[in-house]
Amino acid sequence: MKLTLKIWRQAGPQAEGGIRTYDVDEISEDMSFLEMLDVLNEQLINDDEEPIVFDHDCREGICGSCDLMINGEAHGPEVTTTCQLHMRSFRDGETITVEPWRAAAFPIIKDLMVDRSAFDRIIARGGFVSVNTGAAPDAHATPVPKENADRAFDVATCIGCGACVAACPNGSASLFLGAKITHLGELPQGQAERDTRVASMVAQHDHEGFGGCTNIGECTSACPKGIPLDVISQLNKDLRTAIRHGH
Amino acid sequence: MSNPALKTSDPSSPDDPQQHDDAAGYYVPGDPIADTKAPGGPVEDKWDTRQFEARIVNPANRRKVSVIMVGTGLAGGSAAATLGEAGYQVKTFCYQDSPRRAHSIAAQGGINAAKNYKGDGDSVHRLFYDTIKGGDYRSRETNVFRLAQVSTNIIDQCVAQGVPFAREYGGLLDNRSFGGVQVSRTFYARGQTGQQLLLGAYQALERQIGAGTVQQYSRHEMVELVVVDGRARGVIVRDMVTGELETHLADVVVLASGGYGNVFFLSTNAMGCNVTATWRAHRKGAYMANPCYTQIHPTCIPVSGAHQSKLTLMSESLRNDGRIWVPKDAKDADKDPREIAEDDRDYYLERIYPSFGNLVPRDIASRQAKNMCDEGRGVGPEVEGVRRGVYLDFSEAIERLGRPAIESKYGNLFDMYARITGEDPYEVPMRIYPAVHYVMGGLWVDYDLQSTIPGLFVAGEANFSDHGANRLGASALMQGLADGYFVLPNTIRDYLADSPFEKIEESHPAVVEARESAEARINHFLSNKGTRSVDSYHRELGNIMWEYCGMERTEDGLKKAIDLIRTLKDDFWRNVKVLGTGDGVNQSLEKAGRVADFFELGELMCIDALNRRESCGGHFRGESQTEDGEALRHDDQYAYVAAWEWAGEGEKPVLHKEDLVYEAVKMAARSYK
Amino acid sequence: MVGVATATLVKNSRSTRSTIALKLLMAVTGLVFIGYVLAHMYGNLKAFAGHDSFNEYAEHLRTLGEPLLPYSGLLWVIRVVLLVSLALHVYAAVTLWRRAQTARGGTKYVVKKNKHSSFSSHLMRWGGVTLLLFIVWHLLNFTVGKVNVTGGATNDPFNLMVDSFSVWWLTLIYLVAMFMLGTHLHHGVWSAGQTLGFTNSARQRLVWKRAGLVVAVVVAGGFSLVPLGVLTGVISK
Ligand SMILES: Cc1cc2nc3c(=O)[nH]c(=O)nc-3n(C[C@H](O)[C@H](O)[C@H](O)COP(=O)(O)OP(=O)(O)OC[C@H]3O[C@@H](n4cnc5c(N)ncnc54)[C@H](O)[C@@H]3O)c2cc1C
Ligand code: HEM
Ligand code: HEM
Ligand code: SF4
Ligand code: F3S
Ligand code: FES
Repeated sequence: MKLTLKIWRQAGPQAEGGIRTYDVDEISEDMSFLEMLDVLNEQLINDDEEPIVFDHDCREGICGSCDLMINGEAHGPEVTTTCQLHMRSFRDGETITVEPWRAAAFPIIKDLMVDRSAFDRIIARGGFVSVNTGAAPDAHATPVPKENADRAFDVATCIGCGACVAACPNGSASLFLGAKITHLGELPQGQAERDTRVASMVAQHDHEGFGGCTNIGECTSACPKGIPLDVISQLNKDLRTAIRHGH
Repeated sequence: MSNPALKTSDPSSPDDPQQHDDAAGYYVPGDPIADTKAPGGPVEDKWDTRQFEARIVNPANRRKVSVIMVGTGLAGGSAAATLGEAGYQVKTFCYQDSPRRAHSIAAQGGINAAKNYKGDGDSVHRLFYDTIKGGDYRSRETNVFRLAQVSTNIIDQCVAQGVPFAREYGGLLDNRSFGGVQVSRTFYARGQTGQQLLLGAYQALERQIGAGTVQQYSRHEMVELVVVDGRARGVIVRDMVTGELETHLADVVVLASGGYGNVFFLSTNAMGCNVTATWRAHRKGAYMANPCYTQIHPTCIPVSGAHQSKLTLMSESLRNDGRIWVPKDAKDADKDPREIAEDDRDYYLERIYPSFGNLVPRDIASRQAKNMCDEGRGVGPEVEGVRRGVYLDFSEAIERLGRPAIESKYGNLFDMYARITGEDPYEVPMRIYPAVHYVMGGLWVDYDLQSTIPGLFVAGEANFSDHGANRLGASALMQGLADGYFVLPNTIRDYLADSPFEKIEESHPAVVEARESAEARINHFLSNKGTRSVDSYHRELGNIMWEYCGMERTEDGLKKAIDLIRTLKDDFWRNVKVLGTGDGVNQSLEKAGRVADFFELGELMCIDALNRRESCGGHFRGESQTEDGEALRHDDQYAYVAAWEWAGEGEKPVLHKEDLVYEAVKMAARSYK
Repeated sequence: MVGVATATLVKNSRSTRSTIALKLLMAVTGLVFIGYVLAHMYGNLKAFAGHDSFNEYAEHLRTLGEPLLPYSGLLWVIRVVLLVSLALHVYAAVTLWRRAQTARGGTKYVVKKNKHSSFSSHLMRWGGVTLLLFIVWHLLNFTVGKVNVTGGATNDPFNLMVDSFSVWWLTLIYLVAMFMLGTHLHHGVWSAGQTLGFTNSARQRLVWKRAGLVVAVVVAGGFSLVPLGVLTGVISK
């Protein structure tokens, strides 16, 4: 395959960025999107041009590192991560535009790499169960209905990639946030801190500069793990309850 | 027999391989080494005794004691969270942008624990025994027993954190059996157990960060260890965003930096997995133990082309219903498999191992697949002249059980395969090939998980873990969390009881030396106006390692590999091309540092493999096999841990042997009959 | 900022100050509007019953609640509730809009596609602005100003209405406004359900989305019948 790539290049956080156009040839359908970029990077190095910086690690769809906006779609045209997107999803001769996630809370570091540490800080403000090591009761002490355990698992699969934010017209991280609230809220272990958790995580979410959700739903369409919109409803409900309880 | 694996085997030969040391001339023999920390008494009581004997740091003083944690995967994340809770001042470092992305996240299958919730006769003793046996009697008994003991606490801890393990309708935890053991002791969260466990540890860690006991440094890569007066006192890290070299000093340093399978370039490991943290420590005096012990997993998706960057694992359970075959005639290799007549197919595992068939252990299945492809009977696309793949065919199972049954059992794996290969495995047989998956080798540690450098502790896959020469499925997660939550926090306090240690300044000569050597390396790469990219070297090194130090190792091959590695390494230092500058993100520069260390490691792995002229676990020496191609161990000569000491640039490494003494179990041949 | 994550953790903030609280406000006020337009739409349909019946209804509105409330009492209660709701609704809308603008960041995507989101959901803000302008005009037209563009009498609600809709461009303005109202409600109803936390499963989500569609069609359609009725001569003086 022969492709024309229009890629956002930006030398550093403060630098002016812009789209650069590159041509690649002999791309095989079996390559992943990132392997295609590897090929381009080798080509650039040969031509004494600095290779394109992008985040990636597991290349297996689970670590959540990879994060490219491809032709205006977060993670590209399939419902999967960028690393699991394969070139057979594109046509020979196609022009592909590749951009970084854009959101005020995800500042660009270089080229296609952004800073998603805001997510860590949201978790640090309550995305856990406060249990010290060694203080846990026997695992069978509290049975969890399978239904709740399954829902908790379904939403716990969020990989923290940030595609939801990138796709949301409001730059909201509600899907990410709702996934964690729902995960812990479904389990008996998460009940004690339920109100404080949602109150402080929402506060951190807003503080980081993410937008408010207006239930548009682009986030869930972009989510490689299919986190459903119910988690945002759950988030809202939990916050409403927290307000009622005086938070 | 036409088993090609036997070609190199000749146990009756007069110059019996066991009589001489293949690695003579490549290393210098050193003094034996032994663990001095495990207390006396029966193996059941050792851990309790040690916990009691290990001194405690007065809670009021803990704020004054500082800990550096390199790596925040299962092992490092859980350890940092626990130490933070205890009140120490902890700094964590990881190269990803968040601790949540450590490679532990990719583990699929599950985590073992001797809970015996199924009432099927499991116990701490049985888990202990299975692990020792699985490791082919090359692990340290005391450590393994402790691992089995604390395994139960891990599950309690994780459930309390909200890890959504699979449950039964009654609301209790579900278990499955894994990796050929006879009991169901594996806890799992669908195919994403590692992810859920890591997120649990990550959340515990973030909680401490919120509480201010832990400071997190993401996108920071450790590039050098600081050793002052014989003690590990800090690290030099590179801020991967600003490029700045930072010095961090503390009372103790813990490395939990994961495995080094990426020395093979292609593996199931994440792209950033590296040996740098442990290798830098090795160069400063930490011994590297059993570096050649590598686990190769038979059911991975094959390489599709020369540009492949990594390999994807598929659960081994596929072998329960799939039949493995290659065409009898190499000429059929590129035919549509459905058009190859039954008579023209070679179900080689069923043929060679009639009693075990497709369910032979990982190492045998892997090795035979390689043999088939080496013979030219591999299938799938030709990559660099060879087709590397064998069929894993479900057509018979689909006919017998019906498609819905197969779908419900393996649906998600089939989907993953389809997404990656673009082929429909319900219609066309899957293609699989073995891939490097896990390393059992790592820094040598004693019972306290302390390395040979005082004040340097090592946890998780980074230490020469408790798995001997081979790891059982679902045991790495167990070990990582055992080390992090329960072992390390209890043993490190004995060392810290003597702290705080003398304050050191950044101007201390040892600190300056560490910093300058890191700087010099970086400057070399940036100013070296070479012609070849880092990746191209890494790929070539990986090919050498895979070819000669992969599934089957021979004396000739290993010696050849050492020569090849040395030549390539020289060329790398002279000719590598790293563009850009050091004052910002520079991914080529990061890779260059890692690959430089892989060269040195790769050479040591070959020397270690050369020294161990026996086959045990994941290490298969062509010279040491039974008549039917099974691994042949030599307990009389090799029942030791090989702990290698760095002797200096260009010097031969020094081998220290730790004898493995078995008191609680008897050594026996690992048999699959 | 990349290094030490603790640097920007917030402390002691109130949930009532959060974006979600603002959204709750929008949802509640939005539901008030929905209740109002449903009733108003029903009332308007009396126009098909003729001059007297419509005017009686208008008068009835003013006597409702008597003698507990003074003349026009309930109407005034409704007016106050509506005005306050409007102020809050618009305040929240503007705040969230500005917030979203900043959250998106300075640089726009060169290419951006929307995958599955509805047209209505993207029209909410401009739809809201249209509605605000419409309401201002509408009140001038029928309540506060009683502007009769044909120059006819303004003291008879029914006649004022028929006069107004016999002007083609005025009818057009109303129809456009009703279209905007329809889209606003199409997304707004489901959005309010989601914001209030009533859509915690795929099924509930479907129910609320369907409800959105039904309310939108009924309200926008119902309101449009009157101007169309006038235009086609079904309703006349
Ligand atoms: C595909 C796959 C599937 C697996 N499935 C299973 C399974 O089902 N069951 C099982 O028990 N095991 C499984 N394993 C093995 C298991 O996942 C790992 O052995 C284990 O998770 C390792 O954990 P760790 O904490 O030691 O290291 P890691 O999770 O690899 O963490 C390493 C940490 O060190 C950091 N780091 C590394 N180098 C540096 C440096 N130079 N400077 C700073 N930081 C650094 C990294 O950023 C990271 O935070 C699997 C492995 C793979 C590859
Ligand atoms: C007067 C000017 C108005 C403006 C500027 C305005 C603006 C908005 C905006 C921006 C939203 C949020 C978008 C979203 O949630 O997707 C919204 C939501 C809503 N609006 Fe309006 N609107 C106005 C009038 C109305 C009217 C007249 C009604 C009803 C007849 C109404 C009903 C609703 C409803 C039900 C919602 C959903 C609340 C929620 O999202 O939770 N609005 N409006
Ligand atoms: C074709 C559509 C509509 C027609 C024909 C219509 C007609 C009227 C009439 C005749 C009145 C005056 C009633 C009276 O004074 O007794 C009125 C008042 C009013 N209408 Fe409408 N209307 C329409 C749509 C709307 C819509 C969509 C809204 C809101 C979004 C709205 C909001 C109001 C309000 C707030 C008043 C003032 C009520 C008061 O306080 O007296 N109308 N309308
Ligand atoms: S919710 Fe989905 S899109 Fe958002 S961070 Fe999680 S996995 Fe990524
Ligand atoms: S796209 Fe944005 S507006 Fe809400 S529903 Fe998703 S976060
Ligand atoms: S690189 Fe890990 S999810 Fe894509």
